[in-house]
Amino acid sequence: MDAGDLQRAIWRIAHEIAERNHGLQGVVLIGLQTGGVPLAHKLAESLRQIEDIAVPVGSLDVALYRDDIGLRPVLPEAVTEIPVDLDGAVVVLVDDVLFTGRTIRAALNALADYGRPRVVQLAVMVDRGHRELPIRPDFVGKNLPTRRDEVVDVTEEGVDLGEMHR
Amino acid sequence: MKHLLGVEDLERSDLEELLRITDSMVEVSQRAMPRVPALRGRTVVSVFFEDSTRTRLSFEAAAKRLSADTMSFSVGTSSVKKGESVRDTVETIEAMGVDAMVVRHRSAGVPDQIARWTSCSVINAGDGWHQHPTQALLDSYTIRAHLGGLDGRRIAIVGDVKHSRVARSDVQAFTLLGASVTLVAPPTLLPPSLEGWPVEVSHDLDAVLADQDVVYLLRMQRERMTEALVPSLREYTACFGLTIQRAARLAPHALVMHPGPMNRGVEIAAEVTDLPNAVIAEQVRNGVAVRMAVLFRLLAGTELGGAGAAAPVPEVNAEPGEDHG
Repeated sequence: MDAGDLQRAIWRIAHEIAERNHGLQGVVLIGLQTGGVPLAHKLAESLRQIEDIAVPVGSLDVALYRDDIGLRPVLPEAVTEIPVDLDGAVVVLVDDVLFTGRTIRAALNALADYGRPRVVQLAVMVDRGHRELPIRPDFVGKNLPTRRDEVVDVTEEGVDLGEMHR
Repeated sequence: MKHLLGVEDLERSDLEELLRITDSMVEVSQRAMPRVPALRGRTVVSVFFEDSTRTRLSFEAAAKRLSADTMSFSVGTSSVKKGESVRDTVETIEAMGVDAMVVRHRSAGVPDQIARWTSCSVINAGDGWHQHPTQALLDSYTIRAHLGGLDGRRIAIVGDVKHSRVARSDVQAFTLLGASVTLVAPPTLLPPSLEGWPVEVSHDLDAVLADQDVVYLLRMQRERMTEALVPSLREYTACFGLTIQRAARLAPHALVMHPGPMNRGVEIAAEVTDLPNAVIAEQVRNGVAVRMAVLFRLLAGTELGGAGAAAPVPEVNAEPGEDHG
C-alpha cells in the first residue's frame, strides 16, 4: 500500500462509517495511542468532507489496562483525551494494525471506565491476522496475511511489511 | 529501574519519564471513578518506622487507584517495640509476598539497606536528613505544570535546609531539570559544608525575593528553638517568614510552595496560603499521581519486577548506623 492507497482506504472507511450509522449522529472517533490517533484525525477530515459534520475525535492510551503488565515493560505513551460524554455515543475505535486483539480488549475495558456507549465499532487500516481473542473489525483498510514474526508499519507514506529486528 | 531510593540515583531522562507518566496518572485521578486495573494482583506495603500519616495515606491512595492490594505496617503496633531488628521485620513482611515496600525511617540509608535484603522493589518515603524522592518529584511536577518546565527557572528554598531531606532531594531534582536554586537561611540552619551542592546561598530573603520564579518554604520545627539554632520563632519569622508584605513583592507568576505540614504564622503567613499562586494543596494532590507513576514505573515498567526477580544477595553487617539523635 502506498500513500495514495492509504488515502483511498481512509476515504472508503469514512463512507462505510457514515453508511453503517445512517449519518454521523452521536459518532465519536477514538484513536488508540499512538498509531491510531493520526488515522482518527484523517478519518474525521474525510467525514467532514462527506457529510459536512465535525465529529469529535479523542485518543485513548490503554497501557494501564493491558494484560501483559509484568510480562514485558509497559509504560503509558500519552495522556488519554476523551472530549465528550460517551454515554449513549457511537464510538468508533481507530487503530493502525489489528493483530492479537489484546490492545482492543484493553481499549474496551478502558472505554467502560468513561461511560456506556450505545455501540462500539472498530476501524483498522491493516488486519494482519493471528487473533488471540474473539475480536473482529467492522471497517478494514486492507487484510494483510503475515507471519507472526513479521512487523507491519503504517506511516504517512503507506504500509510496510518487514522483518522483526532483534 | 527497580527501586527509588534517592534523586541522586536518577538521570534527567528518568525524572522526565516519571513526570510524563504522572501526566497519565493525573488524568486517571480526575475521572469520576479514579481507578485503573494496572497493578491488579500486586501488593504494596508501607513500612513506616517513623510516623507520617500524610505520606503513608498518599502512597496507599496511589496504590489503590492502580488496583494494587495494600498493607500497612507501623512501628507503634508492631514487634519493633519488642526489639525486633529492621532486617527481621523486613524479611517477615517479604515472606507474606509483597511486590513493593514503601519505607520511612528516621535514619539515613535504611531504605538502601532494605533494598539489598529483599527482592521486592523499595521506595524511599523519607530517610533521616537524607532523601525524600517522591516529594522532589511532586514538587518538580507542580512547578512544571504551572511554569511549563524548570529549565532556567530560579527557585529559592527558604528555611531549615540543614535538617531537611526535602531540601536535599529538591535541590538535586530542580537542578537536574535545569533550574538554579538559591538556599536562603541563617548560617545555623545550613549544612556545615555545601561542597558539591550546585546552589547559591543567601542569608537575606528580602534581597532575593523579587527575582524568584518559585519560593519554597521549609517547615520550621519548634525543637530547633531548644537547640538554640535561632533566637526565637518571632525573629525567624521577621527575617525568613513569607509575610503578606513579602508576598506582595513576588513576581506575579511566582509560585509559593510548602511540603507541609505548615506552621502558619511562622515560615508562612496564613493569608499567604490563600493567595492564588500558593499551590500547596495542589502539591498534595499531585503527590498521589506522582506516587502512582513511581509504583507503575517500578512494577510494570520492567520485566517481572518483584516476585519473579533474582534472589537477593544476603549481606552481613546489616544494622544501619544512626546518623542523628
